[in-house]
Order: sequence, then structure tokens, then C-alpha cells
Amino acid sequence: MENTARMIGKRTTTAWKNPVSYNLQKKTRPGEALIQAFLFFCGVVSILTTLGIVLELGKEAWLFFGDPEISVWSFLTGTEWQPKIGKFGVLPLLNSTIITSVIAIMVALPFGIATAIFLSEYASPKMRSVLKPILEILAGVPTVVYGYFALTFMTPLLRSLYGSQNVDVYNMASAGLVMGIMILPLISSMSEDALSAVPRSLREAAYGLGATRLETAIQVVVPAALSGIIAAFIIGVSRAIGETMIVAIAAGSGPNFTFNPFNAAETMTGYIARISGGDLSYNTPDYNSIFAIGLLLFLVTLGLNFLSRAISRRFREVYE
Amino acid sequence: MEDMNQSTKYAIETRGLNIFYGDFQAVKDISLQFERNRITAIIGPSGCGKSTVLRAFNRMNDFVPSAHATGEVLYHDQNIYDPSVDAVQLRRLIGMVFQKPNPFPKSIYDNVAWGAKMNGFRGNTDDLVEETLRQAALWDEVKDNLKKSALALSGGQQQRLCIARALAVRPEIILMDEPCSALDPIATLKIEDLMRELSQNYTIIIVTHNMQQAARASDYTSFFTMDTDRSGIMVEYNETSLIFTKPKDQRTEDYITGRFG
Amino acid sequence: MKATDNFSFSLDQGIQSPEKGFHNRRHQRARLAQAAFRLTTLLAVIFLATLLITVLNKSMGYVVLENKVDPFSLSDRPISDLNNTELAQILRENLRKNRVRTLERAGFLEDQPRSTLVQLVNTEIIQPEVVESYNLFPSLINRSKIMADAAVSYPTARVEFRFWLNGAFLTNSMASQPELAGVRSALLGSLQLILITILTAFPIGVGAAIYLEEYASHKSRINRLIQTNIDNLAGVPSIVYGILGLALFVRALHPLTSGALFGVEGQNGRTILSAGLTMALLILPLLIINAQEAIRSVPISLRQASFGLGATRWQTVWHHVLPGAMPGILTGTILAISRAIGETAPLIVVGASTFITSDPAGPFSSFTALPIQIYNWTTRPQPAFQHIAAAAILVLLISLLSLNAVAILLRNRFTKRV
Repeated sequence: MENTARMIGKRTTTAWKNPVSYNLQKKTRPGEALIQAFLFFCGVVSILTTLGIVLELGKEAWLFFGDPEISVWSFLTGTEWQPKIGKFGVLPLLNSTIITSVIAIMVALPFGIATAIFLSEYASPKMRSVLKPILEILAGVPTVVYGYFALTFMTPLLRSLYGSQNVDVYNMASAGLVMGIMILPLISSMSEDALSAVPRSLREAAYGLGATRLETAIQVVVPAALSGIIAAFIIGVSRAIGETMIVAIAAGSGPNFTFNPFNAAETMTGYIARISGGDLSYNTPDYNSIFAIGLLLFLVTLGLNFLSRAISRRFREVYE
Repeated sequence: MEDMNQSTKYAIETRGLNIFYGDFQAVKDISLQFERNRITAIIGPSGCGKSTVLRAFNRMNDFVPSAHATGEVLYHDQNIYDPSVDAVQLRRLIGMVFQKPNPFPKSIYDNVAWGAKMNGFRGNTDDLVEETLRQAALWDEVKDNLKKSALALSGGQQQRLCIARALAVRPEIILMDEPCSALDPIATLKIEDLMRELSQNYTIIIVTHNMQQAARASDYTSFFTMDTDRSGIMVEYNETSLIFTKPKDQRTEDYITGRFG
Repeated sequence: MKATDNFSFSLDQGIQSPEKGFHNRRHQRARLAQAAFRLTTLLAVIFLATLLITVLNKSMGYVVLENKVDPFSLSDRPISDLNNTELAQILRENLRKNRVRTLERAGFLEDQPRSTLVQLVNTEIIQPEVVESYNLFPSLINRSKIMADAAVSYPTARVEFRFWLNGAFLTNSMASQPELAGVRSALLGSLQLILITILTAFPIGVGAAIYLEEYASHKSRINRLIQTNIDNLAGVPSIVYGILGLALFVRALHPLTSGALFGVEGQNGRTILSAGLTMALLILPLLIINAQEAIRSVPISLRQASFGLGATRWQTVWHHVLPGAMPGILTGTILAISRAIGETAPLIVVGASTFITSDPAGPFSSFTALPIQIYNWTTRPQPAFQHIAAAAILVLLISLLSLNAVAILLRNRFTKRV
């Protein structure tokens, strides 16, 4: 090898054997095109999934509503769900879904937001590093375990508090409360993201006017993050409506049009789980009914997700 | 030295080049000729489109979704913005060194060898790495640590490694986009020395915001500024010594004497 | 101190001085609120602790066991010490002829593994039965009372402390008696199902993420549609995926998922394959979103360097973007997998069986899975099933936690390597 000084800046690299071509005409690269096509296909799978959901649910729901005995109107307004005698009114199931979800949100929303405020405005980094993983674990516990918890802890607790003659073995309150615990980490982490996106300068401005930490948090930071918190709330509702295992285990199996949370009443998701868990024959009204309910569930949660995203997008435009 | 296609006088030449980002015209009507084996500096206030023009020479602007260009950039008698031109091959012939050193998170050896291998290098990789690192005046500093991560090098060494990485694929032109802006004065000096050495065999186009650097290191200088509609225009182009001593345009004089920008 | 006096005087002129104690009350309120916030946050910890304690409490404790047949009436040595010939003899003497014939269909009893014979003697002859079971806390607190009660109510029974999560629980298959039931087939079912899920979801998910981040133009309508669609799919309830799986994989693609196309016979579409594919669709949005974030975190400068050397897009992705994003992608994948392992609702809809005593034999067999087993046992009225449900929950939680530990290890290892 020549000495370094003489090498510096030399263009010819003796190691290169193949000549340089200055022809810049486009090369065809079939491998690249193939890979790109595959990657595009991967992206399209998600669209196909949505199409599959809409088409399959729609098709079977169509069959369900095609039955002359059943109309969309009677489905949406009927207060009795008894497939055996041909009564398909979804209100009992919907009612139970709403009651369990409302109970869940009543637990998850205040505690979730308070936790978020504490984590983002008060907690020391060390405390956060302990609390965040705990919330993550809580969020990662499978829902069937929450169902077990509802049945073996929450229900006995409620029965001993309010009397076992007042509280059914399966009841909406127990399922709703535990569902609230399940949703809490979701709401708190989404709200915390919204709170920490509020610029520091806003807090400093409030402190500079002599506001206390509480006044700053409640009167300045929370209002600034409100749309993010609302988005979290909506996602929480959507999650509660779609949750299956907790209600399937703890809320009862049998449609029941009641407003008493201590009664047993089956939710929409609980019904789907129970019916499809048994041996059912295809193309019976029972079987088709789970698609109709599934479609309703899909449309409601999809609408809520859209709403939440729209709200949080508007919020993002303010601070970025 | 192998037989080079010398049919054009200039290494690269632009004719009426306009570049747009969406509706915004970033540079307007640039016509420039870059001499072979010379260092040409592009100077001007920030936002005047210097980097945009530089990135047009190897079509790095393709990656900005809203960017498009009109006019011609001629390289070996081919307009590189012609739809039939393969930008991938173009970038191999017109290499680039970026503002911040950006070595791959691999070993020093792999940083140099990777681009060559990908461009179909046949030959002894060890020799290639050694030769290239010598060309980039980095060999003596790293020869015992070739397997070490490139990220362990100092900023100046990293930037010279990035130059070596560009040299290894045997380009003809090297574009440098403010290559010293993240470096200390000593590292900057080393890069400038290296540029001088390299210019014997390579055409170098450098964008810099540092006028002293342009004055010290380049043969030709082109001064850009912003038009009233905020798009960049080329004001003056001449030998560096003339630009800095006898600027023809008032705007150039204002800039180099510090009355502007 | 004239100056100070002047200053306070001017302040009083500017703002009306609040009544006495106003600031004290403000600060008191602030302190109270802080305490309240802290307390609510601690609630999360309390919830988690209560949940774990409930499960632990149910997963061990005293049981009162009564044997239908006294083992020492069969042999004067413990059953576990007997050899094959002796065990086979006991079985022949105590079981009905038909049953023995069924058992010998595969070969003579003497030639079967000793562990099988021991299990047969236990389950079919001795038939130990849990007649009473206690949770952990009562077992610790009321030990003497439990013993006394048992002695009075079941004079022939014995009382033992039982960890419901034990070796036999892991190696036994499903059985109709809780004391003999185990999670073996459920664990194997979950494992095979997850394997199928990973094999399908990982390449497609990473591929989609690469497409969206590296190839797709953000202006194009179809790409925006894909992105919005993925974000929305992530919020679709899991049971809806179950219904899709039922309609699509179990029914429409029946020839494929039942294995009929591959010459497997006698299966309906309710197979591990159907369930694995359904799970793959379920975790796909989550996986894609995580992978996108990981890919986005790779600095643009690396891509520029690579393109600047004349690399093609795929070369850039394969050599620089993917290696840089891999730790994040793997962590995200493991998180998605943990979700799949715990999901129950879609499996119910797709048709997991709750009573399977044999090991699943590949993608075209019917199956059960760990969460299905937990669900099934939880909903049984007999208290002993609550105990094995708790034991199964422990198995599930431990596997999830170890999976997360692996994710953290992987992440650390990858980040160190650079």
C-alpha cells in the first residue's frame, strides 16, 4: 500500500473491478416492484378486514331482517327478547349494556381523570416510574380475569353490603364496577397524554399570577386539555360497550328489561357470547340475530371511535 | 485513471431550474455551470434555497412529497429530471455528505463497505475499505478499530467517515450540505484540507453559511439570496477571489461585508 | 421601615385586600386536593392488589378429600410404588370388563406407561373427591376449626393443604372432576393458536407498517383511507372480530380451515387455524400502529445517507430502517401477543370447545385455550372449580408477565448492541 499522504484524495480505487456507467436510463427492478406490491397488499388487508366485517355482518343481518316476522323497527324498539317465541326486541340487551357501561364510566371517569391529574401535575418522576407500570399491568390483565374478579370478589362484596335478598348472584352492578376498574387505566393514560401536551408556558403563566398548584391544574391545565379528556371518555364508553367477558360472567345470562342494577340482565355482547358458545345451527333466527346485534355493536363503537378521533384531532391543531 | 466520458465541458449544469414545494416556489430560474474537479461553494442567507438546489442535483428532493422541479439539470448530456432517468443510479454517481454526520449504526468497516456492496462491488472489500479510508485521511486514526461502532468516533471523524462512505461507491461529484456546521474549528479545518485534496479528482459542490469557509476552500462561489416573494434566486456566480474582492452586484457586496443576513 | 410601609400601602390601594384567612383557605384546599388525588391514584394500586389477592386466596387452601375406595383396600403398599403388573391387575379386578377392553384397544395394560396406569387407578377406582374446600385466608386463620369440622362431618376423609396450581395441574388434561382437571390441553391449544397468530400477523403487520411509513404517499386517498381504517379497527370490540372469524374462517373458508383441502377429514371449521387467523386480524391494527411508531423513530438522516449512496428503497428499508426499528417492533409485537393470549370472547364465538381431553394435533384440530378454560371453570357452580379457575388464572398471568419480561430484555439487548 502506498503511503497515506499520496493516497488522500485519489479517485481511482484499485479495488473496484467493475466499470462505472454513466448511462442513467431507468433500470427495471422486478424484485423491488414485487416487494412493493406485497407491502401494499399488507396495507390493504386492514381494508379487507373492515369490508369483511361490514359485508358479513350486513349479509347475515339482512337475512335476519329478511324474516317477515322481524322488522328493523320492532328490533330497535321491542322490549322483549325471546327468540324461542319469535320476539326480537333488542331493548333489554341494549338497556343492560347501557346500565353496565354507565356504572363503569362512573367509576373510571372520575378516578381516571384524578389519576391523570396526579400523574401529570403532582407526581415526582420516581413516583411516576412506579405508578405507570402498575397502571399498565392493570390495563394488561385479560378481561376474563376481571370477570372472575367480579364474580368471586365484587358480587360477594355487594351482597354482603346490600343484602343477598337485594342483590342477585349475577348482577349488572358488579359487572359494571369491575368494568370501571378495567377501563380506568385507559382513561387515565389517554387523559395524561392530553394533560402533558398542554404547554409548560401556560402553567408558568398561571403560577406567575400566584395560582396554587390545584388552581393551575383545575382552572388552566384541565380546560386546555379538555378535548383530549373528552376523547378519552368517549373511547372509554366505546370500550365498555364492547366489553364481553366481564358481563358474560358476572352480569347474568338471560335478557331482562330492568333498571335495577342489582338484577341480572344480559348485555348485547353477553348474548352473542352465550348464543355462539352453544351448538347452534346456521341460518336460524337465533344464529342470525347475533350478526344483527354484532352489526349494531360495530356501528355504535365505530361511531364513538370516529367521534373521539375527530375531537382529539381538533385539539391537536391547537398546540402543534 | 479510467476513460471518462468528457463529452460535456461541465460536471453538471442547470438551465432555468425552478423548484416548488407545493404552490410555493423555493428557487427561481437557476442557471449554473459547475466546473470539473473544482470546488464550488453556494452561499447566501438562510432560507434562500441553497440546500434545495444542492439536493436537486441528486434528486434527494424526490423524498419531499410536495416538491417538484421544472427546467433542466444536465449531467453527462442527460437531463436528470427526465422521467426516464433512474434516480437510484444517479445518486451513486453524485454522492452526498449531510449537515450532521450521519454514520450508520454499524462498524466503521461496514459503513464504508455497505454502499459499495450494494452497488455491485466485486473485488476485495478489505482493500476497498483501506484505500477509501486513506483517501478520506481517516485510515491512520481508525485502522486498529475497524470493527468498532462508527458512533464511537468523534464528530469530525464521523463526518470524514461519511465522506469515505460516499467515496467508496466511486462517485464523480460530491455534494456537501453545510458539512462543517456541526463541527468544531479544528475538525472543520481537517475537512477543508480533505476537500482540497479530493478536488484533484472529484467535483465538489458545497453549501455553506460560513463565508470564510467559502473564501478559504472554494474555487468558485455562487451567491444566492431571497427575492421579494421569498423564493431563492441566484445573484452572482464567479471565481471565489473575484466574488469576495470585486462583487458586481450590490446585494453580494452587502452580504459579504456583513450588511445583510 | 418607611419603605415597606409605603409598599404595602400601595398594594392595598391597587387590589382590594381579601378578607382574613382567604389565602390560608386556598392553600388548605390545595393540600386537601393533592391528598385526594394521591389517594385516587393509590386506588389503582389497591385494585390491582385486591385482584391478585383474590386470585391467590382462591388458588390454595385446605381441602377435605374423601376417597370412594380406600387405596389400602387395593394393595398394602401405596399405589405410586406399584409396578405395571400390579397396577394392571388392580385395574382388571376393579373395572368393568367393557372398560378394560376399551383401555386395551391400543395394547395390553401392562405395556402402557406406568404414569397412565397410576392415573387410571386414581381416576377410575379410588376417585378421590373434594367434599369441602377452603380459601387461603380461612385456612390460615381458622385452621383448627376446619380440622374439627372435617372430623365431625367426614370421619373417613383426610384434610390436606392444596396448592391448586401444581405439577399435575399443568400436566393433566381436562377432566370432569375439578381435582383431576388440568390445563395441559388448554396450554398447548393456546400455544399453537398463538403460533399461527404470530406467523400471520407479524409479516403482514410489519409489511403494512413499512408500506405506510416508507412507501405510501400521504397525499394519496387510498393510503389515507388505510391509515384511518387501521386506527378505527383498533377500537372495534374483540367480539366483533369473533363474529367475523365465525362467518369468514369457520364458514366461508371452511375447506381451508377444516383441512379438507389438505385431506384432513371429519373436522368442521372450528379449528385452531380459524381461531389463530381470527386472533391475527384482531391484533393486526395494534401491531401495525406499534410498528409504525418504531419505524418513525428511525432518524431520517439514516435514510438520506442510504439513498445518497444510491441504495434503492427496499435496500434502505431492509438494511437500515428495519434493523433500527426492530427493538420497537418486537416490543410492540409482544404486547400485541399478550393481548391475544388473554382474549376470550372471539374464541368463544369462533367455537373453542370447553371440554377437550386430548392434546391438540396441529392446526386442523378442535381446541381449547387457557382463557376459555378459565371462563368455563369460572361459570361452573361447584366451588372447587373456582379454585382451579384461580390456578389457571395464575398460569395465565405468569405467562403474560414472563412474556413482558422477555420484551424488556429484548429491548435492552438490542439497544446495547448499536
